[in-house]
Amino acid sequence: MGERQASNAVEGVGPPRPVDRTNEYVRIEHVTKRFGDFVAVDNVSLTIFKGEIFCLLGGSGCGKTTLLRMLAGFESPTSGRIFIDGQDMADTLPYERPVNMMFQSYALFPHMTVEGNVAFGLEQEKLPRSEIAERVAAMLDIVKLKDLAKRRPHQLSGGQRQRVALARALVKKPKLLLLDEPLGALDKKLREATQFELINLQEKLGVTFVVVTHDQEEAMTLASRIGVMDRGEIVQVGTPTEIYEYPNSKFVADFIGSVNMFEGRMVEDEPDYVRIETPELPCTIFVNHGISAAPRAAVWAAIRPEKIDIAREEPPGPDNRARGVVRDVAYMGDMSVYLVQLDGGKMVRVTLPNSVRQLSERISWDETVWLSWDASSPVVLTQ
Amino acid sequence: MKSRSLFRRLALFFGFAFLYVPILSMIVYSFNNSRLVTVWDADDSPTLKWYRALLSNDQILGAAWLSIKVAAVTATGAVILGTLAGLVLARFGPFKGRTLLSGMTTAPLVMPEVITGLSLLLLFVFLEQLIGWPQGRGFVTITIAHITFSMAYVTVVVQSRLATFDDSLEEAAMDLGARPAKVFFRITLPLILPAILSGWLLAFTLSWDDLVISQFVAGPGSTTLPMVVFSKVRLGVSPDINALATIMVMIVGFGVLVSALYMRRQERRVALEAQMARADKH
Amino acid sequence: MARSQVRQPQKPPIDAWGAGRLGLIFSLFYRYGPPRWSQYVRQHWSGQRLVIGVPFLWLFLFFAVPFIIVFKLSFSEVRLAMPPYAPLIEKVSEAAYAINVNMGNYAYLFTDPLYTSSYLYSVKVAAVSTLFCLLVGYPMAYAIARSTPTLRNVWLMLIILPFWTSFLLRVYAWVGLLKTDGLINQALGLVGLGPYTMMYTDFAVYIGIVYSYLPFMILPLYSNLEKHDLTLLEAAADLGASPIKSFLRITLPLSFPGIVAGSLLVFIPAVGEYVIPSLLGRSDQLMIGRVLSDEFFANRDWPVASAVSIAMLLLLVVPIVLFQRFQNRELAGARK
Repeated sequence: MGERQASNAVEGVGPPRPVDRTNEYVRIEHVTKRFGDFVAVDNVSLTIFKGEIFCLLGGSGCGKTTLLRMLAGFESPTSGRIFIDGQDMADTLPYERPVNMMFQSYALFPHMTVEGNVAFGLEQEKLPRSEIAERVAAMLDIVKLKDLAKRRPHQLSGGQRQRVALARALVKKPKLLLLDEPLGALDKKLREATQFELINLQEKLGVTFVVVTHDQEEAMTLASRIGVMDRGEIVQVGTPTEIYEYPNSKFVADFIGSVNMFEGRMVEDEPDYVRIETPELPCTIFVNHGISAAPRAAVWAAIRPEKIDIAREEPPGPDNRARGVVRDVAYMGDMSVYLVQLDGGKMVRVTLPNSVRQLSERISWDETVWLSWDASSPVVLTQ
Repeated sequence: MKSRSLFRRLALFFGFAFLYVPILSMIVYSFNNSRLVTVWDADDSPTLKWYRALLSNDQILGAAWLSIKVAAVTATGAVILGTLAGLVLARFGPFKGRTLLSGMTTAPLVMPEVITGLSLLLLFVFLEQLIGWPQGRGFVTITIAHITFSMAYVTVVVQSRLATFDDSLEEAAMDLGARPAKVFFRITLPLILPAILSGWLLAFTLSWDDLVISQFVAGPGSTTLPMVVFSKVRLGVSPDINALATIMVMIVGFGVLVSALYMRRQERRVALEAQMARADKH
Repeated sequence: MARSQVRQPQKPPIDAWGAGRLGLIFSLFYRYGPPRWSQYVRQHWSGQRLVIGVPFLWLFLFFAVPFIIVFKLSFSEVRLAMPPYAPLIEKVSEAAYAINVNMGNYAYLFTDPLYTSSYLYSVKVAAVSTLFCLLVGYPMAYAIARSTPTLRNVWLMLIILPFWTSFLLRVYAWVGLLKTDGLINQALGLVGLGPYTMMYTDFAVYIGIVYSYLPFMILPLYSNLEKHDLTLLEAAADLGASPIKSFLRITLPLSFPGIVAGSLLVFIPAVGEYVIPSLLGRSDQLMIGRVLSDEFFANRDWPVASAVSIAMLLLLVVPIVLFQRFQNRELAGARK
């Protein structure tokens, strides 16, 4: 786990975990939810496959929690339909759904013990007492809370409470587990450890997870697929790598990680390359893959800070380079962030891993430097 | 710095003297032998003769017994109705008539009691003419009137308690398969129990203390304790009322002391346990 | 006419606001929770009708309907019968109904000086008592808010404790203190002062109201003062303000919401106060609550009593609305 760099999202993306796209499990069809005049969820259609961890990612007020609550049955869609395992959920009340939820606040019952909390759901199913006890004990064993079974929620630490909440939801063997900001209440160190515990648990039990989060790192680490939401709409769905490397809009590129955006026009549009002219750079941007856009349309070239090279020497070639002056350097430990002002005035953010420890070689304030990038690095966006 | 803390001490000293000297004077003079309340008869005091007089006064005892009965029924009825209303207002979201219900539960808090009393009496008169119920006025009409004005207080107490804990607890219970009635009895009720208890006590006290509304809706032969006290007090000072006041202060003081001690113990336990939890995490 | 005379009611008189007023304090600090889970369940769950219906029907029958009756009655004419008023809609013959809308009761309130003077007197008494309450309550609230947390709880409990004992008996306690041969005059006599006449004066009523309503002033003030950021005062001192200056320029303006809330909580019920003036107050000048009960019990003029109630409510509507709007603004501010 240690080699995963939390501060650099790209290194956080492991090899994409396989998604079995044949086994459709949850289908959301044209779901809209209005609260008065406010449209919380706007015509969302989405398919979630069996056994995956699907993350709904977005800022506050983007409708991700409302969508989750509609899956749980606490809100009913204004229009559209939701199917879980092939069944239409329209007339199924929250307490009849094969779905369980882990609440952001954990919502542990303060007047019951850990055991009582975990057993609560099974008691509602009117199972024999011996079976309840057995399943509760087994579940507490899995989340390593066996010794704390008789404690009450206020006697537990944050991480322990989180595990009780998880156990309580999982012990019912739901078809679908909904997690609302599952790690939001934990501190940073604990959060990283818990992310992997959560993944292991999910792989072990094979339950489909739908996670709501505003934290892109969390989404990157946990998810097999991410749905990015903005103002009630799903703007992009894809694996973490797809979302990061091939964002489909300025919003997604900007929301996930940081990015340098150059606004310009397409001057050459061929099937295997494009060339973009931008007033912000003295040269053109050459991209070695084609895109589909109208000729001379306004486009944006997005380049990730870690994909830009910084050097004192002038790089070769006519394209994909610019000269500037270092205005600011932030030392972050594992890497450094440079803010370079180009000759045209634009500020560009560049990150460089601090792989060498020789301070003298480092580029410093007010130095004139050259930036350059590979022809495969820019992502061309039309919206 | 010094002068300011002196100022604060003086403010508290005189403030509490103002609040407690009248009560203390009643307690002290309840043991006074003299019938003239303000003259201390040093020879034969302290004496318990006013307590004996009080306890052999059938009118006061009868009125007290009626007041206790009314207060107990009132508190129970107000708690049931007030809890329902509080639950509906805090948790049921918008529905038709919500504004009216919330208006009707808060209005009695600011409604002058004369008006409440007058309007209820008119209603009882009107109902008796119309359907022959309630026949005459007494225990039933007093209790109905008391429930009506004290349930507003219970509603507010229950509502504010419900507002302090997250409704995701109830959602969680529902999510785990509990039906609404079950959610109420297993989750909501245990959590608002302290509020319900204090609401019960509040309603009991309100009813026990009420003079105005009772005067309007009481009939001949149903005299509550405040009505007896008021008629005695209007005629001048009477020492057995001092004795009555002393007994009431003692009961309240004892109750508050016990509950304060209990709450303090409870708080300490919770704090200790939270500390333990922090100590052995992971 | 017999109306304008000062009358002794046969039945003992009435306190317009009565005993437990603690609920208003609770409502002060109350915030609506987000109504959510039921949003869905309500549409599907049959029990909800029962849960809403029971308290709704009760309040409708025993609060709204009686009020409508009072309103209706205030337009009726008095009659020497039981019940002593003319019905609003009267069957004159088989085919004809007469609607007896009688504005006379209201016109009467304006023409008879008894009513206008007692309205004005009630407002005056309430205003003066509120001011005294503020003068006594502010220093206490301030001192409590600046105490250590443990002491704070003790002080607050001592403030609220008298509330659980009988309101009537607490007012009665002042009779023994204020009488001409009472404890206060005895004490003053020891230092060669007095005796003063204090019973049955405006002063006694102010004392009684301040005494009974003090917690209503202190609790909102306290909850405001307790929230103040003390570093503001340090900052003021750092910028060279003297303690008195920083109190006047910082603490006092910041506590304004508490002052308003506390003052209205005292003023509104004090206007309708009855027990206190009838035990301690003058007999030549009545407060409006007393006038109402006299009209009802002594004169048996139910229509005029109803008209007095409606007029009294109108008098209180302004401060009540003011209070609620102020509260809402405070709540909205607190949410930000």
